[in-house]
Amino acid sequence: MNDTQYNYKVVRQFAVMTVVWGIVGMLVGVLIAAQLAWPALNFDIPWLTYGRLRPLHTNAVIFAFGGSALFATSYYAVQRTSHARLFGGPLAAFTFWGWQAVILLAAVTLPLGYNTSKEYAELEWPIDILIAVVWVSYAIVFFGTIAKRKVKHIYVANWFFGAYILTIAILHIINSAEVPAGMLKSYSAYAGVQDAMVQWWYGHNAVGFFLTAGFLGMMYYFIPKQAGRPVYSYRLSIVHFWALIFTYMWAGPHHLHYTALPDWAQSIGMVFSLILLAPSWGGMINGIMTLSGAWHKLRTDPILKFLIVSLSFYGMSTFEGPMMSIKTVNALSHYTDWTIGHVHSGALGWVAMISIGSLYYLLPRLFGRTEMYSVKAITLHFWITTIGIVLYIASMWIAGVMQGLMWRAVNEDGTLTYTFVESVKATYPYYVIRLAGGALVFSGMLVMAWNMVKTITAGKSVEGEIPPVAAGSGLDAPAHA
Amino acid sequence: MDINAIRAGITVAALITFLGIVAWAWSSRRRADFDAAARLPLDEDDIAASGEKQK
Repeated sequence: MNDTQYNYKVVRQFAVMTVVWGIVGMLVGVLIAAQLAWPALNFDIPWLTYGRLRPLHTNAVIFAFGGSALFATSYYAVQRTSHARLFGGPLAAFTFWGWQAVILLAAVTLPLGYNTSKEYAELEWPIDILIAVVWVSYAIVFFGTIAKRKVKHIYVANWFFGAYILTIAILHIINSAEVPAGMLKSYSAYAGVQDAMVQWWYGHNAVGFFLTAGFLGMMYYFIPKQAGRPVYSYRLSIVHFWALIFTYMWAGPHHLHYTALPDWAQSIGMVFSLILLAPSWGGMINGIMTLSGAWHKLRTDPILKFLIVSLSFYGMSTFEGPMMSIKTVNALSHYTDWTIGHVHSGALGWVAMISIGSLYYLLPRLFGRTEMYSVKAITLHFWITTIGIVLYIASMWIAGVMQGLMWRAVNEDGTLTYTFVESVKATYPYYVIRLAGGALVFSGMLVMAWNMVKTITAGKSVEGEIPPVAAGSGLDAPAHA
Repeated sequence: MDINAIRAGITVAALITFLGIVAWAWSSRRRADFDAAARLPLDEDDIAASGEKQK
């Protein structure tokens, strides 16, 4: 194909679908949040029951919305920092259509009740195989592009994107090992506590590498671009990378505190979760300090607001996470809505906000414009989202701590002070506040969709020219070439 | 050899490797290379490369 231009088409496709799937996934989230406050909202239709829609929500927001955002941004950043068109030609298009097929299959099978019962890995085995094929193709396209780069260095964002792609391939293939029993039924290859440990080794590293490393790749590319300044400390970014790689793999057991998992494994999970605070905050500081000397830009630039506030939420949730992994804290927080609040502080505050900020940077450039159709609408979106997230996580904190305290309260004679249903009743107002917060975040996505459509109709699809590498910049062809 | 000795050895080797990476990243000889790498996303203008040129 044309090797003088970047492949923007696949980036464009993934970028547009990120907004579409964000709306779908968050709408399902709003519906199930409403069902928790008013259970009659499942209308007695099996496909709309909470148990079936909850995995649809998590799959849609993590893998459809977050996944499409990661595909779009990684394909854009790896091309532009490698000065090379995406490797593999039609293989890149296959990753787009393959990934959309996975999402559609999930949207059909989950409401029908087909579910492996593994959290964040609910899809049945034929879909698992398709995911593996698409993901390996993704790896070939991404690493192939790095291999044919025209510059010496592999920029740090590509290290994070690369680690995320490689690790998710390993996690998915190992955790999805299962024995088929018919086309839409399978049994895990593992049993008992080993199955639980494999599942949470997968589950927590999906958080660590899908929802963290991938989006840190976004941070290391789009914050310097939008701020117009190089990353605060490049050497810190390298230490940040390796510290995450060396520690994340061990944190999974904190999902299994006070279970049949051996006590020493729980303690290892807790200790490594605590260690994770250091690289997490190192990365956050590196991202925020990139703005040092240009703080005034934060006042006027809503895209930077999204990007920098996302890092504040990242810092908050990566402080909260290690704290909640301490066994004694976990004894209070586990199985309560505190966990839900924590997850959404990371998922909405960090993952969604950095994706939205990156997309607002990306979309105009993919459609031949210098900025979005309406910059004011970006500011509006920013405030709706921020207020929505604060309502969401504050209500879930209060609800969670309250539930934990009610469940452990005992009378003098040793009997429980509260029945379970009393804690459910006490949670009701917080479920309504959470619904309001979620609805705000969802409506922000509608503002974004309007802005995106206006930007697309006012512009036209463009392909970026691959610039020649400036002589003497120290970035010439790699020594081995 | 005892399996636990191997496990402990791997843990220690991983820690030493990590400390080696830290020392490498902070060595002053790396500075010029890192500065060049940090400029990578900024050395090209993607507005000029896409939108404006189409007009």
